[in-house]
Amino acid sequence: MWMGIFLAAAGLAIGILIGFNIPVILPQDYAKYMSVAVLAALDSVFGGIRAAMEDKFDQGIFVSGFFSNALLAAGLTYIGDRLGIDLYMAAVVAFGVRLFQNLAIIRRYILKKKFK
Amino acid sequence: MEKKSYYWIIVLVGLVMGIILALQFRVTSNIARNAPAVDRPIALARELEKARNSRDQLQKKVDELRERLDQAAASPELARVKEELDRAREQAGLTDLQGPGVEVTLNDSSNELQPGDNPNFYVLHDGDVLSIINELKAAGAKAISINGRRIITTTEVRCIGPTILVNKNQRLSPPFIISALGDPDTLANSLKMKSGVVDSLRVWGIQVDVKKVDKVVIPAYPGGLVFEYARPKN
Repeated sequence: MWMGIFLAAAGLAIGILIGFNIPVILPQDYAKYMSVAVLAALDSVFGGIRAAMEDKFDQGIFVSGFFSNALLAAGLTYIGDRLGIDLYMAAVVAFGVRLFQNLAIIRRYILKKKFK
Repeated sequence: MEKKSYYWIIVLVGLVMGIILALQFRVTSNIARNAPAVDRPIALARELEKARNSRDQLQKKVDELRERLDQAAASPELARVKEELDRAREQAGLTDLQGPGVEVTLNDSSNELQPGDNPNFYVLHDGDVLSIINELKAAGAKAISINGRRIITTTEVRCIGPTILVNKNQRLSPPFIISALGDPDTLANSLKMKSGVVDSLRVWGIQVDVKKVDKVVIPAYPGGLVFEYARPKN
């Protein structure tokens, strides 16, 4: 468990370093898709933490969810842009709500563990 | 084995997460930096003020240089050169001129267009204007202008739709008032010759009015004269 957290943090740190230092910069037109994808990925991460707390963590579900959620959110935003509907709102609301739900469940698990 | 791949996946997810977070952060801060400032009007006003200041300074400089030029031109040994220059400028059409002459007013035909007639015969063309100018020059006109545009040696008269173009960029539309400076009698007579220019235009009902006047004012040619290819032969 602790090893996993350490590895995740290390991966995150290396990723941030790479992200800040690679010379390519995304065109601003794609910033919107990227931000929705970030939200979806964040939701997957919190979902994974929650699953780990519940001892239900499945790496296949986690990884596929991480990438498919991010891609779907970005794709939805793109389609919404083409159709003239703010479809990214759907992704923002859905992932936002789930984010808070996951956070609430994680909080409960932590509190339960602490005061047992 | 399973444990190991699980760690790798966590590292991979962390890596991807970190990269997209950092990229997104960079893009967003870029947008914030490139966003148009709220005080853009103020900046523009400041720029305008700066441009005005520099214009005023340049104007001052121009005035100063003009004054110096005048002083230089005023010296006695230059008087003859200056006189020559003035004469050359006068001949080139770069000065306002006035004196006796004629005023020719041209307008499209007043004839009723008959069915089957070619309307082209009843409107003024660049050729008509040119033939009048040509006749005036032949009769000794010293300076000519159309609707206040000076005709100089390089002036063209071209047809562009219902208007004519002179001096490369001056669009004129009928009625055309051609002023010519010279002996009024000679000029008027040359136009009114039997089967001359005026006669041939009147056949089509084109309104031509030749008026002798005591005082014609011909304005100067306003542009600069550029000889890109022509060089004096030594």
